[in-house]
Amino acid sequence: MALELIKGNIAIAEAAMRAGLISYFGYPITPQTELLEHLSARMPELGRAFVQAESELGAINMVYGAACTGLRTMTSSSSPGVSLMQEGLSYISGTELPVVIVDVVRGGPGLGNIAPSQADYTQLVHGGGHGEYHLIVLAPASVQEAVDLTGMAFDIAEKYRMVVCLLLDGSLGQMMEPVELPEFKPVRTTPPAWAVGSPDSKERVVMTSINIDPPTQERFNVKMMTRWQEVEKNEVRYKGYYLEDAEYVVVGFGTAGRIALSAVRAAREQGLKIGLLRPISLSPFPTKAVDELADRVKGFLVVEMSNGQMLDDITSIVARRVPVEFYGRMGGMVPYPDEIASAINDLVQGEHDVDVDARGKWLAKMRELVGTGE
Amino acid sequence: MTETDVKVVYKRPLGFTDRTTHYCPGCTHGVAHRLIAEVLEEMGELKNTIGVAPVGCAVFAYNYFNFDFVEAAHGRAPAMATGIKRTLPTKTVFTYQGDGDLASMGMGEIIAAAARGEQITVIFINNTNYGMTGGQMAPTTLPGQKTSSSPLGRDVETQGYPIRTAELLATLDGAAYVARRTLHDVRGIRLAKRAIRTAFEVQKQGLGFSMVELLSICPTNWGMNTENSRNWLAEHMLPYYPVGDYKVSTAVSEMKIGGN
Ligand SMILES: Cc1ncc(C[n+]2csc(CCOP(=O)(O)OP(=O)(O)O)c2C)c(N)n1
Ligand code: SF4
Ligand SMILES: [Mg+2]
Repeated sequence: MALELIKGNIAIAEAAMRAGLISYFGYPITPQTELLEHLSARMPELGRAFVQAESELGAINMVYGAACTGLRTMTSSSSPGVSLMQEGLSYISGTELPVVIVDVVRGGPGLGNIAPSQADYTQLVHGGGHGEYHLIVLAPASVQEAVDLTGMAFDIAEKYRMVVCLLLDGSLGQMMEPVELPEFKPVRTTPPAWAVGSPDSKERVVMTSINIDPPTQERFNVKMMTRWQEVEKNEVRYKGYYLEDAEYVVVGFGTAGRIALSAVRAAREQGLKIGLLRPISLSPFPTKAVDELADRVKGFLVVEMSNGQMLDDITSIVARRVPVEFYGRMGGMVPYPDEIASAINDLVQGEHDVDVDARGKWLAKMRELVGTGE
Repeated sequence: MTETDVKVVYKRPLGFTDRTTHYCPGCTHGVAHRLIAEVLEEMGELKNTIGVAPVGCAVFAYNYFNFDFVEAAHGRAPAMATGIKRTLPTKTVFTYQGDGDLASMGMGEIIAAAARGEQITVIFINNTNYGMTGGQMAPTTLPGQKTSSSPLGRDVETQGYPIRTAELLATLDGAAYVARRTLHDVRGIRLAKRAIRTAFEVQKQGLGFSMVELLSICPTNWGMNTENSRNWLAEHMLPYYPVGDYKVSTAVSEMKIGGN
């Protein structure tokens, strides 16, 4: 199939339809809106459901209802909208339903701006809604990878009956790149036996997140956590670049990982033995890969478009075996490769102190670089 | 009288499970449940219906109806029902919601669903308080009415005025049928059943959004016995919330109802 030049948001919308999306519910917000706009035309064309909801609360609860039928459904938004969806994500998780959501992250907090950011890592990876639950979070670094992960997201969501979230920063949503779209998959239109409205269920079906009896709720949570162990076993994804002989490793996901790759390549050209680990599944996190590297490399540099939300995870895995340094840009700012290159140099030439306060050091640098506006 | 003359005039509706409800004695939630079950049975829709339960005293409604059910987050039932109905348009989908759920927490969702002309039916229980959480003030609490969070009586200067939901929704073009009925006496209950039937027929015939508001009693939180509760409803609620049809679209007025 020929490559087409497509914007990230539209490519994801098209990929979802080709994966058999039956219903979409969403609310406009930059930098995600083209996804909704594209589906507003395409879904009715194919006789599928599209509703522009009254709010992201409405959208996620429509998705909740649609998911109770077991048929493929999704929503998309950007950070402020995803904050509103946290209620629904907790309920959907507590009802064990397959749902795909897309978060095209923008600068925050608050209304912030519409520029690219990765600062929704914590709210998606470590939960944002109440109670014990996990989302599967996938972070593409190119439009093609976003397309491929979209199709896979629906399969994984159904396999585990969980929410799968695609986390991409605003630049990936807006960027045009050549992609190969998948073929249309056959669409399932009859609910499976476990869902409401199914002709195949033997008994009536009730879908609820209530377990009013605490021992029952605890048993349910044990079941969910056991399922999560399965996910951790089967669904970890990452890409390694130049890791075999690496003495220092840069860790970055999505666009930050992609920019870091340029910096790593430049460092290699200078003869520095630098590798890159780019987590694709942020949840489950590639813990083992980081753990093994921590036994053989001299240090890590974490690069993010946030204040170091993944940094905390890396720090806890590395557990003071080697130093972990940090470089990040916040509030919708994107790092340049030479900023990362300079952070790589600092790491290599630095003091190798495992007790380094990476965030504090970085923040002091940021105060000098950009100031506090006061 | 021979045995063949024995006629069953009152039985458990087929739409019920054999569970005993958890509602307080005298509570009209049970009456509303029964009317829904009877109507769906008479329409032959029991196997084709998906209910959406609220957060409120009726949170466990799905234990008492024996067809497919989902349980929504507080106030979000109309959005959830939208998701189901749009995915499975041939199903009969209804929400069952209290006044805190629908008119406070979920006002956005209900207005939007009605405005979209969503092909769902809403059964709305107005008992002027938050029954489940212990009788706090609701958007429907009457001026001067004492509740556990308006202990001196609802002061409209600081706590505002009650919302007349049926009248409000009737202004929306997407709403095809909006009615208010009362469950405080037998005549009211009979009329309520007819309205519920009409509401479900509206959905079945694809005529738009339908809602029946049911004036209900909450003896426990009102601190009255059942009889006094019924009298209180008649005396205080009926004048503020008059029963009637607030919206009957042209298509609905021309609609033919099969059976009864
Ligand atoms: C988000 C959220 N806020 C608050 C509650 C607590 N809560 C449970 S039921 C309820 C009020 C229900 O009142 P109503 O809808 O009038 O139903 P009733 O019990 O009177 O039938 C509240 C506030 C909740 N479950 N979820
Ligand atoms: S608290 Fe009120 S509404 Fe709830 S079951 Fe008891 S009487 Fe009914
Ligand atoms: Mg109430």
